[in-house]
Amino acid sequence: MAGAAREDGKPIDSKAALSLVAELRGAFASGTTRSYQWRESQLRGLLRMTDDHEQDIAAALRSDLGKPELESILYEVAMLRNSCKLALKELHHWMMPEKVKTSLTTFPSSAEIVSEPLGVVLIISAWNYPYLLSLDPVVGAIAAGNAVVLKPSEIAPATSALLAKLLGEYMDNSSIRVVEGAVAETTALLEQKWDKIFYTGNGKVGRIVMAAAAKHLTPVVLELGGKSPVVVDSGVNLQIACRRIIVGKWGCNNGQACISPDYIITTKDLAPKLVDVFKSELETFYGKNPLESKDLSRIVNSNHFTRLTKLLDEDKVSNKVVYGGERDPTKLQIAPTILLDVPRDSLIMNEEIFGPLLPILTVDKLEESYHIINSGSKPLAAYIFTNDKKVKEHFVKNVSAGGLVVNDTTIHLAVHTLPFGGVGESGMGAYHGKFSFDAFSHKKAVLYRSFMGDAAIRYPPYTDGKLRLMKALLGGSILGILRAIFGRS
Amino acid sequence: MESENEVVGEMERELEEMRECYRSGGTREASWRKSQLKGLLRLLREREEEIFRALHQDLGKHPVEAYRDEIGSLIKSVNYALDGLKRWIAGNKAKLPRIALLMNAKIVPEPLGLVLVISSWNFPIGLSLEPLIGALAAGNAVVLKPSELAPECSSLLANAIPLYLDDKAVKVIQGGPGIAERLLHRKWDKIFFTGSARIGRKVIAAAAEHLTPVTLELGGKCPAVIDTLSSSFDRKVAVQRVLGAKFSSSAGQACIGVDYVLVEKKFSSALVELMKVAMKKMFGENPRESRSVTRIVNKHHFLRLRSHLLDPLVKSSIVYGGLMDEENLFIEPTILMDPPLQAAIMMDEIFGPLLPIVTLNKIEDSIEFISSRPKPLAIYVFTKDESLRRNMVSKTSSGSVVFNDAIIQYLADTLPFGGIGESGMGRYHGKFSFDTFSHQKAVVRRSFLVDFWFRFPPWNDHKLQLFRSSYHYDYLGIVLTVLGLKRTNGVPKSI
Repeated sequence: MAGAAREDGKPIDSKAALSLVAELRGAFASGTTRSYQWRESQLRGLLRMTDDHEQDIAAALRSDLGKPELESILYEVAMLRNSCKLALKELHHWMMPEKVKTSLTTFPSSAEIVSEPLGVVLIISAWNYPYLLSLDPVVGAIAAGNAVVLKPSEIAPATSALLAKLLGEYMDNSSIRVVEGAVAETTALLEQKWDKIFYTGNGKVGRIVMAAAAKHLTPVVLELGGKSPVVVDSGVNLQIACRRIIVGKWGCNNGQACISPDYIITTKDLAPKLVDVFKSELETFYGKNPLESKDLSRIVNSNHFTRLTKLLDEDKVSNKVVYGGERDPTKLQIAPTILLDVPRDSLIMNEEIFGPLLPILTVDKLEESYHIINSGSKPLAAYIFTNDKKVKEHFVKNVSAGGLVVNDTTIHLAVHTLPFGGVGESGMGAYHGKFSFDAFSHKKAVLYRSFMGDAAIRYPPYTDGKLRLMKALLGGSILGILRAIFGRS
Repeated sequence: MESENEVVGEMERELEEMRECYRSGGTREASWRKSQLKGLLRLLREREEEIFRALHQDLGKHPVEAYRDEIGSLIKSVNYALDGLKRWIAGNKAKLPRIALLMNAKIVPEPLGLVLVISSWNFPIGLSLEPLIGALAAGNAVVLKPSELAPECSSLLANAIPLYLDDKAVKVIQGGPGIAERLLHRKWDKIFFTGSARIGRKVIAAAAEHLTPVTLELGGKCPAVIDTLSSSFDRKVAVQRVLGAKFSSSAGQACIGVDYVLVEKKFSSALVELMKVAMKKMFGENPRESRSVTRIVNKHHFLRLRSHLLDPLVKSSIVYGGLMDEENLFIEPTILMDPPLQAAIMMDEIFGPLLPIVTLNKIEDSIEFISSRPKPLAIYVFTKDESLRRNMVSKTSSGSVVFNDAIIQYLADTLPFGGIGESGMGRYHGKFSFDTFSHQKAVVRRSFLVDFWFRFPPWNDHKLQLFRSSYHYDYLGIVLTVLGLKRTNGVPKSI
């Protein structure tokens, strides 16, 4: 049983966590998880599990988040499926050692970099894409040959329970386990020694994870968040730009996504037109009564609902609403809301919004956006809509974020040849595609030398002649070497 | 003498200036990076004599050793970075599936910002400047804190670096644990630490407060497994390489030095005899006079090493050497045969010129011996046996594995240099140095021209099917669906 609690039904505590890790270490030490066959069979298991239970997954997401079916299928099921398929397709290639060239300094020799599993890894997932963000890292961990403990978010309980049940049925329980629970259980898990911890969530808990990992010198990947800005330049097709922003914001779990556009910066001249286009497009997508729309996720729970309404109702902010602002506490729903020119020191501009509120800040000249963006911490993503080549280049060069997209939002998530991860406050490490495999691997350097080709100059007794020759050899110049041998330099 | 408060206040100001300097963008220019690397090259060439003197004063290091392990290696690394710089800065295009119409994607490396490099005392020039090469090549502003246990080298760096590098963006801050502590609690964009696992834990714990990524180059007990070699030539070479890697590189005070030897019982006495011959050749009858053995760095470490030999069971296992001169901080190269495995000398990283030989019944037992202990920075295996080679690589874990030699992996620019588990996290050397001080930023560009209209709400079965097809890169499916010729796999009705 890959289930949450121990046999006696009690939630996991330190002692149980310790014995869980010991058990998995035993499984890992036996070598089971290292074979190609095992990894392939587990990945196929994940694929089958996802295919067989698509309806159950969508139902759990609907229960936890009110997520529209299309978003569930697209952003969670399909993406996870693609991850599995890619790993299955590339596994042989990823597992192969990488031969590297060697130089004169180690001549004669050959060398390679061998990927080996780290051992027993802990994956702590988030609530907003609870299926994808739990299993996407698991795909990488399995492909790399590790034993895995997954701790799904308790804030998405239906998905957490579904994962515990399904992984128990479809996966090799000796090496892959799910532990359900909240703070106490996570703390118990974090006390143990892991070979890697992969955490998706916020910066506050990210710090706790890294501090816990520090005790055991455990490396971590932290996928955090930030305020992802969107800069909108003039001279672009506003309708297309707005649609792409809308899809990235409200079309992604109603703004509750780490790479959702958080706020917009545009010029004072462009702002009124932009707001008009937003209004018209939002109405097309969600109707005149967006609180009734079936195409929007709800706010995940009352804590976040309260947090968001607080942002909205702050003095000097509440009168900046130019569209939306309606909310329904019984449904935990807030309508797509646009605000214009909120004060820079407002709450809404000083924390990651993670909801359906979109502030638009206006500036006189677009260049001023950089000051605004760079005065905050580095976000997970940053976006710009422009047709001006110079503006594009300037943006790419001067904005630091996990990833950048020009003329769209969020799509870089789907490009598996790009590393997905943050920088600074938005995180450390990356994954997706081969980067997932690499994140859960140790790249071991292996150097093969023969017994031939030894230079006496390496060893004592040390002499000036040896020093000359050594300089020449390390300097790599044949002439220098000849001179040194014949004593002429 | 400045009070520590004054030092700290001045430090805060300096760091703020450095951040400003970084923000102004100067360090990002390729020309700046190149000039810094060339500056390092000039420093190494022009100050060579001074460096030899400082290393001799701090550690009693012979110039040949100093050149081989520090100066020469650095020159090689700077040249490698200069050679690769343009390519590294350019980043890579990322392959896209054909369905990604009118879109392009690339990975653009960018500097992290203001980084901290904390160096160690055993290769005080090498371990300070090697990470610096990577940090500068990647376009960062850098603070270097050299080890106070090698004070002459620390001073040399503090004096020379402002003269050869951009002193607004590269600074040396000298000091002991107090200063290091203060530095660690500031916010950095990266911390690169070389030293012990004990301090490594403090570094990463401090870094966690600011979510600062770290590279920790730590240590461990690097074993040398010597198989029973049939050729006498091979035996001599193996012995020379092992002894060289133990005693002639900082007298064993090296993270990748050979810590102990594993050998089959039946070969062990022959091995010891060969070792004795080789030792005499390398260090003469009186190693202390040979000037070819580095000193122990300070009294604390000398006493630590001496205490290993105070254990009578350990002392009685000495088969060669054992002489200790407290006044000169000199320990002669010493070989021990089968000291008790529970003794401190077999539990802690030795970091000194004491070489235990552990005998096994079969050489294959070395795999179990090594894997049941913390993962070391390197494993050295001297063998011609294919199956032992394969098993060593697949059944043990370490930063690196080297066959038939030791330490030399340090010079390989194409191999990542770093540890795993207790021996560290992260890696550097060659392009890995550049990468370790860079953020690999994903950049995607789209055109306005094409958008799949089914991207947008309101949702329906038709759009879902189109998405299914596009996610499967099923172009035909898309065409058919759009033309209304394909049945749609609808949204689950049960919800």
